[in-house]
Amino acid sequence: MTEMSEPTSNPAPGQRNPPNLRTDIDSLIVQGSFDPASRRLAELWRRDPAPATASFVTSRLEQLRDKLPLTKFKLAILRSFTVEPIVPLLRAEAFAYGIDLEVHVGDFNTYVQDLLDGESSLYRFAPNALVLAVRTDQAAPELWRDFADASPEPAQHAAERVVKSYEQWIDVFRKQSQAALIIHSLEQPAVPSLGVLDNQSDAGQSGLIRHINHELRRVAAGFHGAYILDYDALVARHGHEQWHDERKWLTARLPIAAGHLLHMAREWMRYIVPLSGRTSKVLVTDLDNTLWGGIIGEDGMAGIKIGPEYPGAAYQSLQRALLDLSRKGILLAVCSKNNLDDAMEAIEKHPGMLLRPNHFAAVRINWTDKAQNLREIAEELNVGIDSLAFIDDNPFEREQVRASLPEVTVLDLPQNPLEYAAAVRNCPVFERLTLSTEDQQRTEMYVAQRQRAGAEQKFQSKEDFFRFLEQEAELAPVSPLTLARVSQLTQKTNQFNLTTRRYSEAQIADMAKLPDWKIFSIKVRDRFGDHGLVGVAMTHDAGEQCEVDTFLLSCRVIGRTVETALLAHLAETASRRGRKRLIGYFIPTKKNAPARDFYQQHGFTHQESNGTGTLWTFDLETSTLRCPDWIKLQT
Amino acid sequence: MTASTFEQVRSIASDIFGLPLDKITPESSPETIETWDSIQHLNLVLAIEEKFGLQLEPEDIERMKNIGAVSAMVEKLQSAPR
Repeated sequence: MTEMSEPTSNPAPGQRNPPNLRTDIDSLIVQGSFDPASRRLAELWRRDPAPATASFVTSRLEQLRDKLPLTKFKLAILRSFTVEPIVPLLRAEAFAYGIDLEVHVGDFNTYVQDLLDGESSLYRFAPNALVLAVRTDQAAPELWRDFADASPEPAQHAAERVVKSYEQWIDVFRKQSQAALIIHSLEQPAVPSLGVLDNQSDAGQSGLIRHINHELRRVAAGFHGAYILDYDALVARHGHEQWHDERKWLTARLPIAAGHLLHMAREWMRYIVPLSGRTSKVLVTDLDNTLWGGIIGEDGMAGIKIGPEYPGAAYQSLQRALLDLSRKGILLAVCSKNNLDDAMEAIEKHPGMLLRPNHFAAVRINWTDKAQNLREIAEELNVGIDSLAFIDDNPFEREQVRASLPEVTVLDLPQNPLEYAAAVRNCPVFERLTLSTEDQQRTEMYVAQRQRAGAEQKFQSKEDFFRFLEQEAELAPVSPLTLARVSQLTQKTNQFNLTTRRYSEAQIADMAKLPDWKIFSIKVRDRFGDHGLVGVAMTHDAGEQCEVDTFLLSCRVIGRTVETALLAHLAETASRRGRKRLIGYFIPTKKNAPARDFYQQHGFTHQESNGTGTLWTFDLETSTLRCPDWIKLQT
Repeated sequence: MTASTFEQVRSIASDIFGLPLDKITPESSPETIETWDSIQHLNLVLAIEEKFGLQLEPEDIERMKNIGAVSAMVEKLQSAPR
């Protein structure tokens, strides 16, 4: 089947249940066309994310799951209410994000036993994450129905007891399992037992529940991998009275109305997607009718709609949402069919724009097809295609990208620009559960990288360019402050890595204590900005020689002679300790070709090739290695 | 019971019980459909509520003895909103 024969998936509003899609999916499965079947199944779910569709999707997923490159993830749910009807919705939603979700649901209200008993079905299931979904009526009965009966003192005690219990449960779980823990906060009653009187004191029903939720955040922050899901805020977002279904609660212990089960599933997805690593690192955006209203090439600067007043305000809201992503370390990029000068003028000068050129890590404004541009953006930013998310108002462009690059997460922007921002904010691929300083500075680093590349083209010789860069390198032995980053680099660096030996923090800390081992890190900055800690070298002395065990640099700085500075430092310090030779292996992998000729280029002699790799040696008595004079070295 | 309501209910039942459309008739019931257990009954109720924008009373749910009865109930509720 060719892509041309695929039906358009731009259904008219209201037509959400295309009759032939289900039969198409089944015949594709029978034919063994699993990838097209999977794409259609995801399309069916996007069009009609309803409970019945979820049953269809999960049953077909059973037939496809072993044949598709899905990320496996095991989720346990311990609960005080019926969650079974949410599970198919959750699994279908996970499938749409490339996750094969296996779900274990604990028995009603056995969460305490299940957490405490190391032999329980919970621990035998060995989940990647656990959701602890307990409602206020179960966790704190004194603060729920019977609140009006309780005198203030026992109610206060009850609140403290609840917090202590949660703390104990988290602690017990952490000792048994490394799985992530997602804890539902407690919901407020729609109307407190004492009516408006409750609002007049901190020790009222809502005041105490708020206190518990506040304390739960503090408690969870004290544990690694424990996260709060603000269930009360989720219910409030959709409205207490809409969310709750008293009939289902009293007859089936299901407190959530049929129309909101999907919202519960999607809230869980905001945790599952980052925990399973299916997040997007880059959001690529279209310009015309996406980032602003109108078409810049036709309407011009004065005609496009972007600013604080409606309709421009809708587009500003989207830009604000993108700025928020950028603050979480998600890179922004532009991919637009336009004349470069027209579009750049609007981005640089239009007074209504919140996003400016320095917010974009990569820009492709041309008439080439978008799939090709997305490939180039991934390459330029050095991320996989599956790390890209794409927004575009034009359904044709979206389908073209989906068809040629199924790995890209394509968001279905709603028809109405007023809803664009929410579509981005609600998309789980942009969720993060932690944030490092490096994440927050990532855009600046990439923008500086683009400026460097631009500058490089202006110089006749490499040497002139290096001098212009004014690089400064800071070499230091590994310290408690740099240990985590040094270990992370040994784990992550694939390209410029001579031996690709992976070390944990604990291993590096142990080696650093040995007198014959030296572990250096290198920080680099230049006139465009700070690269941070980007390189690691580890050596150990044995007799007359000093062997380079590990030598790696982040791809951000390779080819700027920083590697020479680091190697020269190893040679100089080894020589100072009285070593006569510096030796080192190059161990080839699928990815480290950029490092293959490194020793040869620096005057090392090939000594032997063996099962490990190629061994190179440098005579410290007769030769010297110099740090390039354009790099200012601090040791 | 009109054909269009029955077709919509039938399509939902086909998804929920994992059966081809032509195996679902107005007479289909927990006695004739093996997978129609209490959990699937709840799923059927929720799917009907979501699809038709209804909130069923416990008494309505009791009356869902077969697919024909489900379609008839949906039509009645749609024509006489409470």
